[in-house]
Amino acid sequence: MIEEKSPTSGAVPAIPPQKVTTMRTTKFEETVAGYLFLTPALIIFIVFLVIPLVIAVYISFTDWNGITPLRDDDAFETIGDDNYQQLLTQEGRRQTRFFTAVKNTTYYVIGVVPTQTLIALILAVIVNQKWLKARGTFRTIAYLPSITSSVVISIVFLWLFSRGGLVNAFIELLYPAYGDKAINWTDDSTGVFHWVLKQFGVTRADVGDWASEKHYGLRTWDWISGPSVTMLMIMILNTWTTIGTLMVIFLAALQNIPSYVYEAAAIDGANVWQIFRKVTVPLLKPTTFFVITLGLIGCFQVFDQVYIIGGGDATLTVAVLVYRNAFGTGSNMGLATATAMILFVIIFIFTVVQRRFFGGERANW
Amino acid sequence: MTTIASTQTQQARSGTRRMMNVAMPTIGYTVLVIFALIQILPFLFTISNSFKCLPAIQAYPQSLVPVPPMDVTCEPTIIDDTGRERKTVLPADETSKQVTFNPTLDGYREIFDQKLPRWLFNTAFVSLGVMFLRLLFDSLAGYSLARLKFPGNRIIFFFVLSLLMIPGIVLLLPRFILLKEIGLLNSYPALIIPFSASLFGVFLMKQFFESIPKELEEAAMVDGAGRFTIFFRLILPISTPAMTALAIFSFQGMWNEFLQVLLLVSSKSELWTLPLGLSFLRGEFGEQLRWHSFLAGSVITTLPLALIFFMFQRYFVEGVSYTGLKG
Repeated sequence: MIEEKSPTSGAVPAIPPQKVTTMRTTKFEETVAGYLFLTPALIIFIVFLVIPLVIAVYISFTDWNGITPLRDDDAFETIGDDNYQQLLTQEGRRQTRFFTAVKNTTYYVIGVVPTQTLIALILAVIVNQKWLKARGTFRTIAYLPSITSSVVISIVFLWLFSRGGLVNAFIELLYPAYGDKAINWTDDSTGVFHWVLKQFGVTRADVGDWASEKHYGLRTWDWISGPSVTMLMIMILNTWTTIGTLMVIFLAALQNIPSYVYEAAAIDGANVWQIFRKVTVPLLKPTTFFVITLGLIGCFQVFDQVYIIGGGDATLTVAVLVYRNAFGTGSNMGLATATAMILFVIIFIFTVVQRRFFGGERANW
Repeated sequence: MTTIASTQTQQARSGTRRMMNVAMPTIGYTVLVIFALIQILPFLFTISNSFKCLPAIQAYPQSLVPVPPMDVTCEPTIIDDTGRERKTVLPADETSKQVTFNPTLDGYREIFDQKLPRWLFNTAFVSLGVMFLRLLFDSLAGYSLARLKFPGNRIIFFFVLSLLMIPGIVLLLPRFILLKEIGLLNSYPALIIPFSASLFGVFLMKQFFESIPKELEEAAMVDGAGRFTIFFRLILPISTPAMTALAIFSFQGMWNEFLQVLLLVSSKSELWTLPLGLSFLRGEFGEQLRWHSFLAGSVITTLPLALIFFMFQRYFVEGVSYTGLKG
């Protein structure tokens, strides 16, 4: 380049002034275009994400009932952290309801997240095997529930699990004596752990006073109830729905593991289990992290299925409580937004803790 | 001795290996077939029972094969002994035998009388609206973040990323309050505008645009094309895979959305979508669930998405795996 230019003159070649302006204009134009392109999306995000978040934080510190127009002078008063205290520390009906919801949601998450992750992983590994034929068909079938409306699935499961429904009929087919004590899946508030204990003749009266002591609005005995039967059915429903998506995610990650990795392990004499445990699982760690995060965020906010199927306190989840606090009898928007904010914090903490345990590296292959 | 021993172990090992070669597929296929049945049977039973009379739905064993006479009347009007007209219900064994049943469209008729056409229109209208706006807004924003160099680019990207952390449930009530205050509650815009751009979509499009070679745009720029021309004439036409994935996810998401719709339009039944309509029917029917019409409604709600799914399966799977890969 330099040699080329040197013959013309010894001086630094002057850049034509026209070009400078073009460059500057291009840069300016690019900035204008950059912001213009972003404007519609940014407006939507600011108006419908950022502003609502600010509103939510603010209202959670007020006693606004949600009905009186906000323009009215006496629409609300700021009451400090009163809503949060009513939910978390102050003994009373609201605290009991909140922790009932927390308990149910916790059982739900503990039941669903590991189950769906594990089953999806195992299925993905099987579908990824070389000898498998009709891979596409299995993937299609697995994914089908994921595209179906949660309301439709809830209705269909409500029907399948009804007292005289197909599920009970099938259990009776396998176990004829079942007919007399058929489970009423869609409306049974018995805790599953309570039910098991009862089979061994253990009730609250048998275990001593500790069971009747109240912590955070609930008796110890009620804390250890396990999910109710109806909740268990909702857990089965959601696991059934989600497995397909998770399997497809796992499968995509598996297909990115080069086959020589397996071949090398096989040459070293590793058996199927060892390959799964020592090769596949570690390589899938980032994907597993992603799948669990996705599961946690989704499960903590479970609403649709509970709203359609569940009714009373035995299926009350935090998301449903947010809705009921906002629109139920004696509704209070301040309390409802406070409930939502606490759920936000819970989800945030779980995601962070989870990241610690599983390592936060992003999947990059 | 050692050689013999080692040959023996080798034989034993190859024996186990051979056994594994047979056992693994057997176990694998068994697990997959059971799983596939569990996934598919609820759909098959829903479809077959949506064509049955109410009593036949409760009958066991479940018949799955439709045989003529087609379209029986489930609740025929008869004239009783006193000469009065009276509605009766065909008992289960009249319409359903061990494996066969006489199909009826009564369930579909009943659900169509329940404003279902209106719900169907609303669902389609809102889903398409959201889909087209998202395609435009998300790809514009994604392109800007991926390719345009301007001050603030990185900051805005991290801002968008951090918004992804906010769970939907937190935004639910304040969004409701906001729309109520500006008087948009119970209107079509309430179901479209707040959802017309998605963080996930911006993110997806940005990732995709970054995979397009820069030389393409540089060539166009040398020819004097501006950013708008480049985007609409050059980039969008070659972005079909990502755009299709985004279109499908947006459409499907809005078609199935329940909670937001419940909050934003539930007091105006002309604006109900299919999921909302079905959920309200559940409340209306109470314990006396008219399962045949419910199942018919379920089939109608699922069918359009199922068709799209079978047509564009590749994009569904690619889209899902894309999100999986990029975290």
